[in-house]
Amino acid sequence: MAKKKKTLYSGARIIIETLIEQGVSDVFGYPGGQVLDIYDELFKQSGRINHVLTAHEQGAAHAADGYSRVTGKVGVVIATSGPGATNLVTGIATAMLDSVPMVAITGNVPSTMVGKDAFQEINITGITMPITKHNYFVTDVTELSDIIREAFKIARSGRPGPVLIDVPKDIQTALCEFQPKEIVTPYEIEEADDDLIDKAVEMIDAAKRPYIYIGGGAAAQGMTKEIMRFAEKIDGYIGSTFMGISAMPNSYERYLGMQGMHGRYASSMANKRADLIIGIGIRFSDRATGNVDKYSVDARIIQLDVDLSEINKNIIVDLGLVGDIRSSFSRIAERCAEKKLPLWEEEVEGYKQEGKNIDARIGELSIGRMTPKKIFDVINEVKTKETVIVTDVGQHQMWTAQYVMLEKPRRFASSGGLGTMGYGLGAAIGAQIGSGDKTVLITGDGSFGMDLIELATAVTYKVPLVVIIFNNGVLGMVHQWQTLFFEKRYSSTVLDRKTDFVKVAEAFGAVGRRVTTTEEFEAAFKEAFCGSVPYVIDAVISEEELVLPMLPPGGSTDDIIVEKEKKQI
Amino acid sequence: MRSVIAVYVENKYGVLARVSGLFMRKGFNIDSLTVGETEDPDYSRITITMCGDDYVREQLINQLKKLHNVKKVKLLQADSSVERELLLIKVRNTAQTRSDIMAAAEVYRGKIIDYSTDSMCIEITGESSKIKAFIDVMKPLGIVEMCRTGVVALERNETILEK
Repeated sequence: MAKKKKTLYSGARIIIETLIEQGVSDVFGYPGGQVLDIYDELFKQSGRINHVLTAHEQGAAHAADGYSRVTGKVGVVIATSGPGATNLVTGIATAMLDSVPMVAITGNVPSTMVGKDAFQEINITGITMPITKHNYFVTDVTELSDIIREAFKIARSGRPGPVLIDVPKDIQTALCEFQPKEIVTPYEIEEADDDLIDKAVEMIDAAKRPYIYIGGGAAAQGMTKEIMRFAEKIDGYIGSTFMGISAMPNSYERYLGMQGMHGRYASSMANKRADLIIGIGIRFSDRATGNVDKYSVDARIIQLDVDLSEINKNIIVDLGLVGDIRSSFSRIAERCAEKKLPLWEEEVEGYKQEGKNIDARIGELSIGRMTPKKIFDVINEVKTKETVIVTDVGQHQMWTAQYVMLEKPRRFASSGGLGTMGYGLGAAIGAQIGSGDKTVLITGDGSFGMDLIELATAVTYKVPLVVIIFNNGVLGMVHQWQTLFFEKRYSSTVLDRKTDFVKVAEAFGAVGRRVTTTEEFEAAFKEAFCGSVPYVIDAVISEEELVLPMLPPGGSTDDIIVEKEKKQI
Repeated sequence: MRSVIAVYVENKYGVLARVSGLFMRKGFNIDSLTVGETEDPDYSRITITMCGDDYVREQLINQLKKLHNVKKVKLLQADSSVERELLLIKVRNTAQTRSDIMAAAEVYRGKIIDYSTDSMCIEITGESSKIKAFIDVMKPLGIVEMCRTGVVALERNETILEK
């Protein structure tokens, strides 16, 4: 019997075959000298895997990130060596800080040239070591497919995050056998000890003012229904971190919204007054807690997280439960006693009312003007449950956090931890391609200036995004801090640019509209939302709009600023 | 408080950089770090000594555990482990100091491993406190240069670091 002839594939082909094997249908990237072989295979296999060419590698990395956030799949980005690789850095760091699973594949100079400062050579594994969960420099083509599989496994396991694989040119051309394998499953996670679960139950049963504080971990796990049932069972209220936005429907009466520096009044107050905080998939970031020495000093704190290094990192907690949060949570929820806490209900209802009053007072000051709140009233009215909201970074991002009404997880993508201006447009393209649902990007004139080049990508691939620029002519968030804390010395935040965003949109082949009133905005947004082409709405708002309420940096709930003239309550 | 931490890592490209880079970016100060092969050539063992409170130590251990190439991290207890450090020290060899140096080396169970008319090189093994005491004795006699390995440590008895 003749021996079956072995099929040998090039390293480049193995990369594409392994991606397809791992269920990857879309990749984002940008070609270059040291990934020519990979792009040649992408060309040959174009019927099996879709490649989206962005205008800049950073946009590709953000697109892979946005794609991952809405689909829950691992985002994949490909770039060449040197500048291609370094252009990914901000995108990888953004994914790392927000625990977004991503695999980045970079080419590098041939192994024999490594270390010689060859053209476009950079040690990208060294550069990305602190911003990846793990990274690889491939030295042997026989290890290539298993390295890619392991990268997917690491990206998806425990607390997700980015993994980078650097593949020298000679590894891409070397030949090797290839055997397809199964899609990898994440590493097993240890379960929290049973006696700790019992201790948590005891603490919850004893609580008079329980507050459930949910973060990105809860949103990624899609624990909406479980948490709602639990809140009703123990008569608790729910607040979220920025990353926890979309984990709870905004319409749910026990959800008080985001807390923290620009959080909603009710959630910040409920957090402050709680006697027990049950943190689920949160890391007590400084933007969420304010001054840690003053943070909920009288409350007991339970923290559920999959990442053991988050327990006691920022806040010393009374009880840390390391392990799969869904499992820990359901074990706790099952054992807790049902209870009613009318005094707590009454107190929180008071905060909700006061929060509404604050919004109303801010509203009264804005009669006649188009304000962020009014823009969101229109967006919330027109958009559907499936609409994906993506933001850039700055004031517009916080207004989104405060006013947007979301109904389900994975319909929101924004750079929380790293706070990456220029994240939005790339991410929105990835989000729309990944979800297939209408995606609305909320951005500012500052942020849009950093990523508007990706309009080219949106037009090329006919991605029917709606881009809303909150155009106030200033770098709003820094401007706001200068207003409140630097006696209005507006150092380098007044843009004074002459950019015509309508013409910019048109030049790229998109539609552009400039609006100055709420009515104009409504008409433009409705047209944009129903349209099938990228549509840019340049919404002109006042530079005096502030994001309020605000807890000053390093302050606590006692220092909350609710109105413009730094008046404290 | 001084702690000794044993870390089992995969013997792979860049592992030491990952571990040492972690200390830098998380702001951990360590006193010494040694690394070397183990009975299994696929694994290396790193021994770290550090000073810091419980918070710093817990953070360092938890962060180490997150590294993909790190397979096991264990805090070694002083009363149930043995530790050693090696010192090579070169001191000035003069007629006035020669007998003091040799006497001290003998008391500390050191070995003179190099001898010339101008200098002597002495090898000392022991716990860090002994090494430090010997260096203090040599200081007034004229240290030319010295080199310490940092601490290596193992647990007593049958206890092993499971991989």
